[in-house]
Amino acid sequence: MEHAHATVQTVSYLWAIIFSPLLGVLFNIFVAPGLGRKAVNFVSPVMILVAFLFSCKAVVELSGLPHGSALLDTLYPWITAGQFHVDLALRVDALSAVMILIVTGVGFLIHVYSVGYMAHDEDVARYFTYLNLFTASMLILVLGENLLLLFVGWEGVGLCSYLLIGFWYTDDEKASAGKKAFIVNRIGDAGFLLGMFLLFWTLVAKNVWTLSFSEIQAHASALATSPGIITTICLLLFVGAIGKSAQFPLYVWLPDAMAGPTPVSALIHAATMVTAGAYMVARLHFLYSMSPTALAVVAGIAAFTAVFAATIALVQTDIKKVLAYSTVSQLGYMFLGIGVGAYAAGIFHLMTHAFFKALLFLGAGSVIHGMSDEQDIRKMGGLLKKMPITGWTFLVGCLAIAGIPGLSGYFSKDLILEEAYAGPHGSSLLYWTGVVGAGMTAFYIFRLFFITFLGENRADHQVAHHIHESSLSMTVPLITLAVLSALGAYFPLLQWLEPVFGELKEGGIPLFIKWLPTVAGVVGVVVAYSMYGVNPKAAESLNEAPTGLRKVLWNKWYVDEIYDAAIVQPFVAMANWFWKFFDTEVIDGIVNGAAYLMEDWAKGIRHWQTGNVQNYAMSFLIGAMAILGLGYYLW
Amino acid sequence: MVPTHYHLILSAILFTIGAMGVLFRRNTIIIFMSVELMLNAVNLSFVALARQWGSMDGQLIVFFVIAVAAAEAAVGLAIILMVFRNRETVNADELNFMRW
Repeated sequence: MEHAHATVQTVSYLWAIIFSPLLGVLFNIFVAPGLGRKAVNFVSPVMILVAFLFSCKAVVELSGLPHGSALLDTLYPWITAGQFHVDLALRVDALSAVMILIVTGVGFLIHVYSVGYMAHDEDVARYFTYLNLFTASMLILVLGENLLLLFVGWEGVGLCSYLLIGFWYTDDEKASAGKKAFIVNRIGDAGFLLGMFLLFWTLVAKNVWTLSFSEIQAHASALATSPGIITTICLLLFVGAIGKSAQFPLYVWLPDAMAGPTPVSALIHAATMVTAGAYMVARLHFLYSMSPTALAVVAGIAAFTAVFAATIALVQTDIKKVLAYSTVSQLGYMFLGIGVGAYAAGIFHLMTHAFFKALLFLGAGSVIHGMSDEQDIRKMGGLLKKMPITGWTFLVGCLAIAGIPGLSGYFSKDLILEEAYAGPHGSSLLYWTGVVGAGMTAFYIFRLFFITFLGENRADHQVAHHIHESSLSMTVPLITLAVLSALGAYFPLLQWLEPVFGELKEGGIPLFIKWLPTVAGVVGVVVAYSMYGVNPKAAESLNEAPTGLRKVLWNKWYVDEIYDAAIVQPFVAMANWFWKFFDTEVIDGIVNGAAYLMEDWAKGIRHWQTGNVQNYAMSFLIGAMAILGLGYYLW
Repeated sequence: MVPTHYHLILSAILFTIGAMGVLFRRNTIIIFMSVELMLNAVNLSFVALARQWGSMDGQLIVFFVIAVAAAEAAVGLAIILMVFRNRETVNADELNFMRW
């Protein structure tokens, strides 16, 4: 590939991509309360549409430039300290271009969908404030030209995630789900910060004063002399990615995050924010490529997470919980691609996943909306007839995630698994783990589909009577996403990303290895059909209390309980000790002790106050004489 | 002319008698009279020293002291009168209720 003519084109409209959602935030806070619901419903999605159009303009301009070029919009110098310099600058290269199109494109569809989904909620202005703010933060994250600006966006999306998970904050459970997400992410962010500090420190030691991605990349070879430090930097940054992208062992916040409104789950907890970790690692791929150890850790954790989360998804009965664990599992696939050095494959899956998982979540939201806020699939069934658009589009999403040939998920997942087998850092263990995960994925998603959409309806009469297909603002995004889920893989994404990541090495894969993931997917679908599709009464077996392995899976491998016993309870006990012993006994003891000491002393000397004026006069006289005597003596 | 230190010694004797009266007599009326004695002992020092230095300042201050003492006597006797009406006593050692 010819890189010699790659240029950096200075442009002056990239700021508008971020500022139009921010304008929506200001509108929703200050103007909307006087205008009402219709204005909010119109302005909020339109602001994202504007951002999308500017993104398209940027991508069109970028595609007109030679391979490997980038657009740069420097707003102003942010930090200048001696030789160290950070600009508030936005940069679009091939990778950022993919991300801004996903964030604004899928984001716009989800905003439109939200108009219908939140139609009965009173607090719609607050909802769209958060959602617009999220979009702006996410765009800062992907457009930031340096690691520091990426971190600003990183924290911004974390905040919005917290705010939206706890959107219905009067419900204690939902409020604490928000807190859990925030706290677990803090652990990851601590790793991110340490990684950034160490990277900065190491670069400064080589007299490179920068955090800009392009400059770090230009000086990356200077770091190659200290492989141990590179590995440490990469692993610390990966801790941040583990938190944000819900990998084992910090994935626990994501299933709980389903407490938020369903479009939020689709936008933040499936399509965009949770992929920020994968984006960050791909953005710093030149560092990871220098450390095979770090890549091996990424791939190992990713493969484990992919299967681990899939096993939990096998038995869940909450429609959103199944999708949440599915997201954790699919994020594992993205990191698997990245971890075997096939960054483009990881980003490819990031994109297709954004389409089909957003579709599945929005479909689930449509179902929940139609079922009067019921999320338990045991009370659903037969919805395909009553909600045909939702049902058929959901089926497209299921086929895509299951890896059925021709649909987007097939191409991206297959590519990842091929690279896991034959890529530069691949191994057959990673491959086989991925294949097992692929089979499970197909099984749990079609189990969900069969139980929810086929068979007899099991809702009670009141709810069943009310079931209806969703409004146009919800079904149009569903149809659009279904088209993208089916055809999304036909964008020439891999060629597009080549200037960033270099060429993917292909070929040399036995036919058997190439088709096995697909076979696993088909087997998963067939098993799901034989268990839940053929027999319409099968879903009722779910009401029985689970036993054996099923019980362990139903309880999510008891991970929450283990964390509770190993971390939360000791922490609470320690906090209680600091409160009930250290604070109330020691600290209060010192303070009260000083007061008691003074009291005892005062009890002794208060008898000097006799109330008899002649005693006082006597002490006055003695005092006066003493002073006079002293004066006489001194003179 | 009588030397100044004679006046000062007399003043000191009168002041000491007054102070002892304030400290050791029980009756507040007598204490009050003793205070007057102390004031006048000081007045004597003032005029004696004023004469010694040929200055009118000391004599001027004596007039102030006499004026203030008159006002103080009026207020003080009124207080003693009220105390007697309420407590049926004017003994200083029995008027010790301003205590812990």
